[in-house]
Amino acid sequence: MVDLRINCAGIKSPNPFWLASAPPTNSGYQICKAFEAGWGGAVWKTIGAPVMNVVNRYAAVDFNGQKIIGLNNIELISDRSIEINLKEIAETKRLWPDRAIVASLMVESDRKIWHDIVKRTIDAGADGIELNYGCPHGMSERGMGSAVGQVPEYCTMITEWVTEVSTIPVLVKLTPNVTDIRFPGRAAKKGKANGISLINTINTIIGVDLDTFQIEPSRGGKGGHGGYAGPAIKPIALNMVSEIARDPEINLPISAMGGISNWKDALEFILLGATSVQVCTAVMHYGFRIVEDMIDGTTNWMEEKGYTSLDQIRGKALTNIANFGDMNLLSKHVAHIDEQKCIHCNLCYIACEDTAHQCIDLHQKKGKKQPTVREPDCVGCRLCYIVCPVDHCITMVQKDNGAQSKTWNELVKELPQPLSIEDLRKFQHKHGIDVH
Amino acid sequence: MNNVAPKLTSKEYEANFAELKPALTDVAALAEANRCLYCYDSPCMTACPTHIDISTFIKKISTGNMKGSAKTILSSNWVALTCAKACPVDVLCEGACVYHGKGEKPIQIGKLQRHVMDWYVEKKMPQLFSPAEKNGKTVGIIGAGPAGLACAAELTLLGFDVTIYEASKLAGGLDTHGIAPYKMQQQDSLNEVKMIKRLGVKIKTGVRVGKDISFGKLEKTHDAIFIGVGLPMPAELQISGEEMNGVVNALDFVENVTKRKWKSVDVGRRVAVIGAGNTAIDAATEAKRLGAEEVFMVYRRGREQMSAYDFEFELAKRDGISFYFHAQPKKIIGKKKVQALECLETRIVNGKLKTIPRSEFKIPVDMVIKAVGQNIDETLLVSIPKLKIKDGMVVVNAKSYQTSNPKYFAGGDCINGGKEVVNAAFDGKRAAYGIHNFIFRKK
Ligand SMILES: Cc1cc2nc3c(=O)[nH]c(=O)nc-3n(C[C@H](O)[C@H](O)[C@H](O)COP(=O)(O)OP(=O)(O)OC[C@H]3O[C@@H](n4cnc5c(N)ncnc54)[C@H](O)[C@@H]3O)c2cc1C
Ligand SMILES: Cc1cc2nc3c(=O)[nH]c(=O)nc-3n(C[C@H](O)[C@H](O)[C@H](O)COP(=O)(O)O)c2cc1C
Ligand code: SF4
Ligand code: SF4
Ligand code: SF4
Repeated sequence: MVDLRINCAGIKSPNPFWLASAPPTNSGYQICKAFEAGWGGAVWKTIGAPVMNVVNRYAAVDFNGQKIIGLNNIELISDRSIEINLKEIAETKRLWPDRAIVASLMVESDRKIWHDIVKRTIDAGADGIELNYGCPHGMSERGMGSAVGQVPEYCTMITEWVTEVSTIPVLVKLTPNVTDIRFPGRAAKKGKANGISLINTINTIIGVDLDTFQIEPSRGGKGGHGGYAGPAIKPIALNMVSEIARDPEINLPISAMGGISNWKDALEFILLGATSVQVCTAVMHYGFRIVEDMIDGTTNWMEEKGYTSLDQIRGKALTNIANFGDMNLLSKHVAHIDEQKCIHCNLCYIACEDTAHQCIDLHQKKGKKQPTVREPDCVGCRLCYIVCPVDHCITMVQKDNGAQSKTWNELVKELPQPLSIEDLRKFQHKHGIDVH
Repeated sequence: MNNVAPKLTSKEYEANFAELKPALTDVAALAEANRCLYCYDSPCMTACPTHIDISTFIKKISTGNMKGSAKTILSSNWVALTCAKACPVDVLCEGACVYHGKGEKPIQIGKLQRHVMDWYVEKKMPQLFSPAEKNGKTVGIIGAGPAGLACAAELTLLGFDVTIYEASKLAGGLDTHGIAPYKMQQQDSLNEVKMIKRLGVKIKTGVRVGKDISFGKLEKTHDAIFIGVGLPMPAELQISGEEMNGVVNALDFVENVTKRKWKSVDVGRRVAVIGAGNTAIDAATEAKRLGAEEVFMVYRRGREQMSAYDFEFELAKRDGISFYFHAQPKKIIGKKKVQALECLETRIVNGKLKTIPRSEFKIPVDMVIKAVGQNIDETLLVSIPKLKIKDGMVVVNAKSYQTSNPKYFAGGDCINGGKEVVNAAFDGKRAAYGIHNFIFRKK
């Protein structure tokens, strides 16, 4: 029997799927509806300082006929009062005692104000607190959100203010708008956070109108950067989650998000160390109902693989992450084209010819131009593979037996320093690697 | 028969009966699934007579949750493979797809459903449902067509002990014996039968109720009985010459064709098919594909009154079938063997169909296929006490599917006069709840 229950930094839920703090978690009505659909937890839309929103808050990038590959927003935190939000948290918790309700908080940088809201949140019955250090627009101009997340010292200071009074688990939600995500992560740890949530949205401008020169979307003629979320940001989030998960100085439970749309996405984050996963954009696109397939798909996958608990897979992909210096330079792969599957679009040819290593030839075959790879010249870069529109038509075939291995880190120890291109060539020559 | 059309080569038969709608490749299925908008409360679902949650099963294809997708489909429709291939999707789910509103091609729902069901069969049909604990009650089902099978499967899930009595050697009803081989293969239907058997349903084939076992015996054995006997009696033309060699019923003719032993089915060089419903079209196109040189469809009314779907009519035209509209068969001419079909022209006078006197004309043919409709087996059904039959259909309560004899329920072609597989599948499933509520006295 598959058991999807999780315990993320002391916050328990029947499955790992939580709604992220955002419009879907704006009210008790919505969260009750989401729980009915099966969501395991919800991070309440950030509560705190009074705000006022503008219209045209959302914009999206559509790609090749698919809607919302990325969603951009300039929404602020909850525009409802703290009182109403806390009252609804209490009611929702009473109705759904087995689900996780986490209150996302953001107030002015003042210790007393923080102490006050933390205590009131605990009194309302929330299972945990998430500190929103991520909002990259509006709130940051007022010294909150990413203005905190981008300065590790502030990050530690405010986290301390919260943890010194909190009796429930505290997650710190990081902004990705930094050059190295580990620094704010370490700062949160220093402030005694119980777990890390990431990522919040990424600074972006969606577009410029070619007729009016206004920024898309325009609010009374003005636009600006917003926070980007949705499928487009998943690779960025995966990387950042793995960085936090691998940092020995942090070593905290992770609630991961950024572009999760289905069970497969969720599993990838869990394999990179996440305990719970949060979703916003996919829900804004399709509604709460998507959780049914997230639960069903995860369960079926686990059953098929013989897993019974998510603990058995959490972080299992992390050991496969390596620094470049530790990868085998002598592993040899070349592209191979399956002529039966090829539809002769010649995109592989032009990609290799113009932008890679000129090792695909076109020759006449049965009245068609058939591309073939000149194997000795193929450097195995994988460009043709990603360009080919036919599945399994181009494969990257391993040509070495794995017996020979030399990593960059090993090589630089053997070759005279400072490294000369001639010495490197000699090494490559010896192993039949031709750079052209 | 006077002139039997020359037999074709095996290769020609295979080509003629190849699937009209081939399967999607994995890549094409994924692309098509991703094109689906995942509508909320989707019109396609409403349009499906079994209300399969189409947007959800398609979403599950796109996330790679094939098992979940199969479960979504089967939890609404027990004969989903047959339906995927044989449903008139243009007028059902695909006809309702919101893409029409954008002026774009609808999602190929039928093909996607088939993609999932093919996967399911390929994976050897793993159990997706666990029947409830046995409730100690037993239900007898007459007929293993889609109505009977669906009712049996659903009752089994509810905890009933279910036995189907089926006259034919093979279960599946017309899914096994009637549907054109270029739409689906007999094996598809037999796979569905196998899946339903594995739930725990007992099927006694070769047992004709009313002959091999009496209704009285059934009533003693079972707490309730479901009638899913379809329309087994061909309507007669009532013209002279019907007894001649070369005159066949459409159902007998197509049944031989679905067996895929095409060489053994004789077809005339020139064939007349009488009728203009979907069965008539099937018979005509199948005759043509078997090697008939000319096939004529003879119908007493006009094109507009034809009950066949447009796409079926188009298929017949593409197959080179000729049409005689406003032609009423008068007699079959020949010496023991068919030589010609004599017809009278008709016209509509004051809304009534009238033949035109002295308008006789002859169509020289070697074979006449009668496809003027199917009827219920009244002589069989009258032996059920108090069973009400009206306009050739068993009368049931629209919600519970209970007949006028409270112990009997009915569904499928025998209550609707002949619709589609998907309607029968829905009836059977709903009737299971009618039976459940009846036995356990729930409202
Ligand atoms: C030639 C033809 C082509 C068709 N093509 C399509 C198509 O492409 N798509 C589509 O959706 N629909 C099609 N249909 C319609 C569809 O087949 C029927 O609507 C559907 O099969 C009805 O299901 P049923 O269970 O009510 O009856 P049936 O499928 O007719 O099953 C009734 C079963 O009851 C058995 N039976 C009858 N009397 C007794 C008895 N006394 N004792 C025991 N068993 C008995 C019969 O042997 C049979 O197996 C077609 C029909 C025909 C005739
Ligand atoms: C419209 C919108 C409003 C958001 N508001 C908040 C917020 O109030 N507090 C917060 O912590 N994150 C907020 N977020 C960020 C989300 O919680 C989440 O981190 C981000 O959207 C990435 O997840 P996704 O790709 O699943 O959307 C918001 C996101 C969106 C799209
Ligand atoms: S989504 Fe609702 S609130 Fe937003 S613009 Fe449309 S109708 Fe108005
Ligand atoms: S990209 Fe793929 S399909 Fe196109 S020519 Fe190259 S191998 Fe063939
Ligand atoms: S109506 Fe069309 S687009 Fe919408 S869910 Fe159904 S198949 Fe998909």
